[in-house]
Amino acid sequence: MEKQNIIKSVSYAKWGYIFILPFFLSYAIFSLIPLADTIRNSFYEYYAFGLKTVGPNWTGLSNYISLLSSDLPKYAWNTFVMWVLGFVPQIIISLVLASWFTDARLKIRGKQFFKVVIYLPNLIMASAFAMLFFALFSNAGPINSILLRMGIVGEAIRFMESTLGARTLVGLMNFLMWFGNTTIMLMAAIMGINPSIFEAAELDGCTHIQKFFRITLPQIKPLLTYTLITSLIGGLQMFDVPQILTAGKGAPDRTTMTLIMYLNKHLQAKNYGIAGALSVFLFIISAILCWMVFKMNTDSDPDGSKSAARRARKGGKA
Amino acid sequence: MESKKSNGRTILAHVVLIILAFLCLFFFYILIINATRSHAQLQLGFSFLPGSSFLTNLNSVINDPAIPILKGIQNSLIVSGCCAAIVTYFSALTAYGIYAYDFKLKRAAFTFIMAILVMPTQVTALGFLRLITSMGLDDSLLPLIIPSIASPAVFYFMHSYMQSSLPRELIEAARIDGSKEFGTFNRIVLPIMKPAIAVQAIFTFVGSWNNYFIPALVITSKNKQTLPIMIATLRGADYMNFDMGKIYMMITIAIVPIIIIYLLLSKFIVEGVTLGGVKE
Repeated sequence: MEKQNIIKSVSYAKWGYIFILPFFLSYAIFSLIPLADTIRNSFYEYYAFGLKTVGPNWTGLSNYISLLSSDLPKYAWNTFVMWVLGFVPQIIISLVLASWFTDARLKIRGKQFFKVVIYLPNLIMASAFAMLFFALFSNAGPINSILLRMGIVGEAIRFMESTLGARTLVGLMNFLMWFGNTTIMLMAAIMGINPSIFEAAELDGCTHIQKFFRITLPQIKPLLTYTLITSLIGGLQMFDVPQILTAGKGAPDRTTMTLIMYLNKHLQAKNYGIAGALSVFLFIISAILCWMVFKMNTDSDPDGSKSAARRARKGGKA
Repeated sequence: MESKKSNGRTILAHVVLIILAFLCLFFFYILIINATRSHAQLQLGFSFLPGSSFLTNLNSVINDPAIPILKGIQNSLIVSGCCAAIVTYFSALTAYGIYAYDFKLKRAAFTFIMAILVMPTQVTALGFLRLITSMGLDDSLLPLIIPSIASPAVFYFMHSYMQSSLPRELIEAARIDGSKEFGTFNRIVLPIMKPAIAVQAIFTFVGSWNNYFIPALVITSKNKQTLPIMIATLRGADYMNFDMGKIYMMITIAIVPIIIIYLLLSKFIVEGVTLGGVKE
C-alpha cells in the first residue's frame, strides 16, 4: 500500500488546501467574524447618543422586541410590494419575449439588436439611474413637460408625492433593470428543451398557446422557481433605487422605505444594538432563501443545467 | 390561414419589442440631450434636440470643488479594476483547488460555498464596519477590494466552466512534463479559462463600479468617494439650487462609460450571461 502510493501517485492533497485557503481565509475574516459580531451586538443596548455612546449593556432580546413593535413590519411590506411591482411584469414580459425569441417560425428582425438593448439597463449604476428618474419625473421635469405639451394631462403629475406613484416608479426601474437579464436566462432554458417534444406537439395540431402552457412552462419550471427565489433575495436587498429617489426618507410618509434602507439608517446613526437585531432578522430570511437555492443547485446535474436536471429527474437516475 | 396567423404574431412581436426597446433607450436619450443643455434652457421645458452647452456643463462639473468628480472616477476605476482582477484570479484558483485535487474536506468546502452562494453582504455590514474600523481600514479603498477574494457566485461559474472545458488529463500531462502545481495553474489553466475570466471580469467591474451600499458606509472623506456616493450627494437637501445641466452631466459621466463598453462588447456579454449557468 505504502509502496504503491509512492510509485503511482504523489499526494497532491495539500495543494487543494493551499489553493482554497485565500477564499476561506477572506470569507472567515470579512464575513464570518462580522456575522458573529453582528449577532452578538443584537443582544446589547448599544447606541450613539449625540457624541456619547450608550452601552454596551446586555439586554437579551429587548432589541428584537422593540424592532417588532417599530415600523419594521411596514418596511417589510413596502419592500415586498415594490418587489412585486417589478417582478410580476418582469417575469411575464420575459416569458413572452423568451418564447418569441426562441420560436423558429417567428421571423424577428434585429433579434440581436433587441437582446442587446433590453439587457442594457441591467448594467446601469442603480443610484445614477434613480437620480435620473428623480430628475425626469420631478414636477417640472421632462416627463411632465412632454405630457403637458402633448395635452395628455392638464397639470403636472406629482409622481413622487403619492404612495402609488413613488412605489410604481421604483417597480418600473426594477422591471427595466431586470427583464432583459431574465429574458436571456429563460431563452437558454427554452432552447434546452428537446425540440422533438415541440415537433410531436405540432404534428398533433398543438396551437402556440397550448405549446406555451403545456410544454414550455412545465419544462422550464425549475428555472422559473430559481428565478423567483434569486429575485426574492435581490428584492430583499432593495436599496439604491428607493434610497436615492427619496433621499433616504422613503417618501411619501415612509411608504417606500425598504428593510435595507432602515438598516442603513441605523448603521449611519451607529445604533449598533438595533442594527444588529435587524441584521439577524434579515440573515434568517436570507438563510432560508439560500437553502432553497442550494437545494436547487445541488439537485441538478453537475454542470448546473436546470433544464437538464428536470429531464434527468424524469428519466430516473440518468 | 396559418401564415396569416403567423404574420399577425410576427407583427405583434415587433410592436411589443419596439415599445420595450423604446422604454429602455428613451430615458438615456433624454439624459444625453439634457446634458447638452444649459440650466436656463432646461427650465423652459423639454426639447428633443440637443443644446450647445455640453462643454460648459462638462467644465462646471469638472471644476466643482464640492464634488471632485475626476478623483471619483479615479477611485471607482481603482476599486473596480482591482476587484475584477482579484475576483477572477482567486475564484479561478479556488475552483481549481476543488476541481483538480482530492482532499478530505473537498466535498465540505464545495458544499459550504454553495450554501453561501447568494447570501447578501448587507446582513453582516454592521460587523464588517466595526471590524474594519478596529483594523484601522475605515475610510479606505482597501475594504472595498480585499473581501472580494471570496466571491461564491464567481467561484461557481469558474467551477462549472472547468467541468466543461478543463480536461483532467491535461493537468496530469503537465505534471509528467515536470510543471509545478502553481505553474500549471498560472501557465496552463488560466489561459484555458480566458473566456470565463473575461466574462466575469466585465461583470465584476460593472458591479463594483455601480456598488453603493457598502462604499457609502465605509468612505467618509470626500477625496476617497466613489462615483455612486457622489451621485447620491446630488440628491441632498440643496437639490433645488443645483444647476440641472450639471446634474445631467454628472449622471452621464457615471453611466455612459459603461454603456459604451457594453455596446463594444455586447455580443460577448449577452452570451456570457448564460455561459456558466445553463449549458447543454
